[in-house]
Amino acid sequence: METIQNFQILWYALIFVLLLGYSLLDGFDLGVGSLLPFLGRDREERDTLIHSIGPVWDGNEVWLITGGGALFAAFPQAYATAFSGFYVAMMLVLFALIFRAVSMEFRAHDPARAGLWEKALVAGSAVATLLFGVALGNVIYGVPLDPRMEYTGDFLTLLRPVPLLFGLTGLAAVLLQGAAWAVMKTEGALQQRAFRAVRVLLWINAAVAILYFIVMAAAFPGLTDRPLFYAGALLTLLGLVGLFFSVRRQNDVAPFWESSCSFIGLWLAAGAAQFPNLIKASNDPRLSLTIFNSSTGLHTLQVMSVIALIGMPIVIGYTVFVYRIFKGKTRPSDAY
Amino acid sequence: MEFSFGTNWSNYARAVGDIFGPLLAAEGVIAFFLESVFVGVLIFGRNRVSPRMYWLSALLVFIGGHLSAFWIIVANSWMQTPAGYTVDAAGRIALTSFADAVFNPSMPVRFIHTVLAAWMTGAVMVAGIAGYYVRKGLHGQTARTMLTIGIVLFALTPVLQLGAGHMHAIEVINMQPEKAAALEGHFVTSRGAPLYALGWVDTARETTYGIYVPKLLSFLYNFDFNSEIKGLRDFPKAHWPPVNLVFQAYHVMVGIGMLAIALGLLGAFLLVTGRLYRARGYLFILPFLIPLPHLAHETGWMTAEIGRQPWIIYGLMKTADASSVVVSAGNVLFSLVMFSLIYLLLFVMFVTLCVKLVKQGPAS
Repeated sequence: METIQNFQILWYALIFVLLLGYSLLDGFDLGVGSLLPFLGRDREERDTLIHSIGPVWDGNEVWLITGGGALFAAFPQAYATAFSGFYVAMMLVLFALIFRAVSMEFRAHDPARAGLWEKALVAGSAVATLLFGVALGNVIYGVPLDPRMEYTGDFLTLLRPVPLLFGLTGLAAVLLQGAAWAVMKTEGALQQRAFRAVRVLLWINAAVAILYFIVMAAAFPGLTDRPLFYAGALLTLLGLVGLFFSVRRQNDVAPFWESSCSFIGLWLAAGAAQFPNLIKASNDPRLSLTIFNSSTGLHTLQVMSVIALIGMPIVIGYTVFVYRIFKGKTRPSDAY
Repeated sequence: MEFSFGTNWSNYARAVGDIFGPLLAAEGVIAFFLESVFVGVLIFGRNRVSPRMYWLSALLVFIGGHLSAFWIIVANSWMQTPAGYTVDAAGRIALTSFADAVFNPSMPVRFIHTVLAAWMTGAVMVAGIAGYYVRKGLHGQTARTMLTIGIVLFALTPVLQLGAGHMHAIEVINMQPEKAAALEGHFVTSRGAPLYALGWVDTARETTYGIYVPKLLSFLYNFDFNSEIKGLRDFPKAHWPPVNLVFQAYHVMVGIGMLAIALGLLGAFLLVTGRLYRARGYLFILPFLIPLPHLAHETGWMTAEIGRQPWIIYGLMKTADASSVVVSAGNVLFSLVMFSLIYLLLFVMFVTLCVKLVKQGPAS
């Protein structure tokens, strides 16, 4: 195997980890945002929920920014094709993320319109989550491409059943992640409501995940030969079964890890279906953008590897440090 | 912004992934994480950490912000003065030296120029708010300390900026002579070129009208009143930026800089002579200065970016060749209108909430 191929595989793995990290971390922020009206009955409860994600959502979102930067740096052809091809969807994601971000601060400083900003938070969180899943589903399932690597579909092409299933699966997983986070960070009546949400979302996730794995096996020939696919299915199963028992035991912390475990299983299956494609061409497999035909040069990949392999452990180190500062239940003093 | 290179400038992204992508990714890994993770401690962690840790978090946000500025300026400077690359047979730009790309010729002076502008913006913000408090007799010693810190920085940063701006202008004359000529509406290569204080450029007639100091531009270039400055006519007209727009943006920026030097030094004089807290006229003016550094930022970036036209990468790739192939004009218009409305809304909210927070004052 050529040297550059090792680096191309390494960078596929690194971007996979960045997007997985994003989905787990910002996943619970987006989940809490989407579930806000269902979990928080009054102003005080909703304050607690928002303050539980307040200190960390900003850092969590950087996983997406860095994932985007890494995609640009390692596979610029895929970055250019997907971002320009899915233009309208990307713009909707950006608008949703902008409103998600500002609504938390504006709600705190503009109490007269707090209700409006809460609606913006809920809509921004849910829309961004759904569109991420749909976009990922499209690049994995395949979109029409031309020989210049340009996308030839339109906005409606993105809304086919299989990519929509990815969107729903991602949304369900993020809602579960958010509810499990709320269980970990809250107490009393609010926490009991979060437990109920986890129980309901557990069954929804189980149903969606079964559909997801069956459709994956059917839609991707050869996927059933890949051990990673089964590893993913097993992780999701273990996560959801573990969750079932820890909710019955009213365990505070375990549900979040079990939800994360189930989410990782979905990602592993997606990776197994995608690799080594980045954007599959639905019209002609030879037009697919793979990690081998759309990467930057060897020198760039080497330089980037040095930066990432030194930088990311440091980032993860101080991120863990800051999470430990805010460990335990959210306190009333953790406010804007 | 990071997304827009892919959404709106996909041909640019395809051509420069080797160099430009790593700069953005490095910014994420090295700078943006640091700033965003610790800003959470700053906003929410006051009651969770010791004063020492709280101060350290502020320092890390400060460092993260500066590292962010560094990588963003590296990326932008590479578009102004590209280095560390070759163009391969397929027309793709390939990285040859990461160090050369990062330390491209215009980067150091542009980094200093930008960071000083940011410090000056902060200084005027703090001095402006503190000036309002002190004049109204609010918040006692807190307000006076704020005012002193603000005025010290307001006195220092514009003077330092004069030096940095000067070095940057020389760099532009050397590296991007068309842009330099547009800054002063200088059409004919000549010795003893004038420097305009105010003016109007008639691009069609290739004439610049206005108030100027003879030979000063040549003198500032290398301290020789008769040094040669290249004029726009030496370059094909197709490579000219919109001259008058660049001229005006540049002169607004420089004008604000000069005003800042005068008012900053006046503030320092009042502080040193012990009259600052009673200088009601000066304190009255301070809050109204807050928008000016922002305006200087914007006009400075207009100068840098419009002045570089028609190039997206100076001398290497035209802006017209950089845009996305598959994105229709209608879609671009839709996103532009939406972004304008959203940013307008955010701006109104920002100003309204800032005014409210300033009136509330610091927690006692």
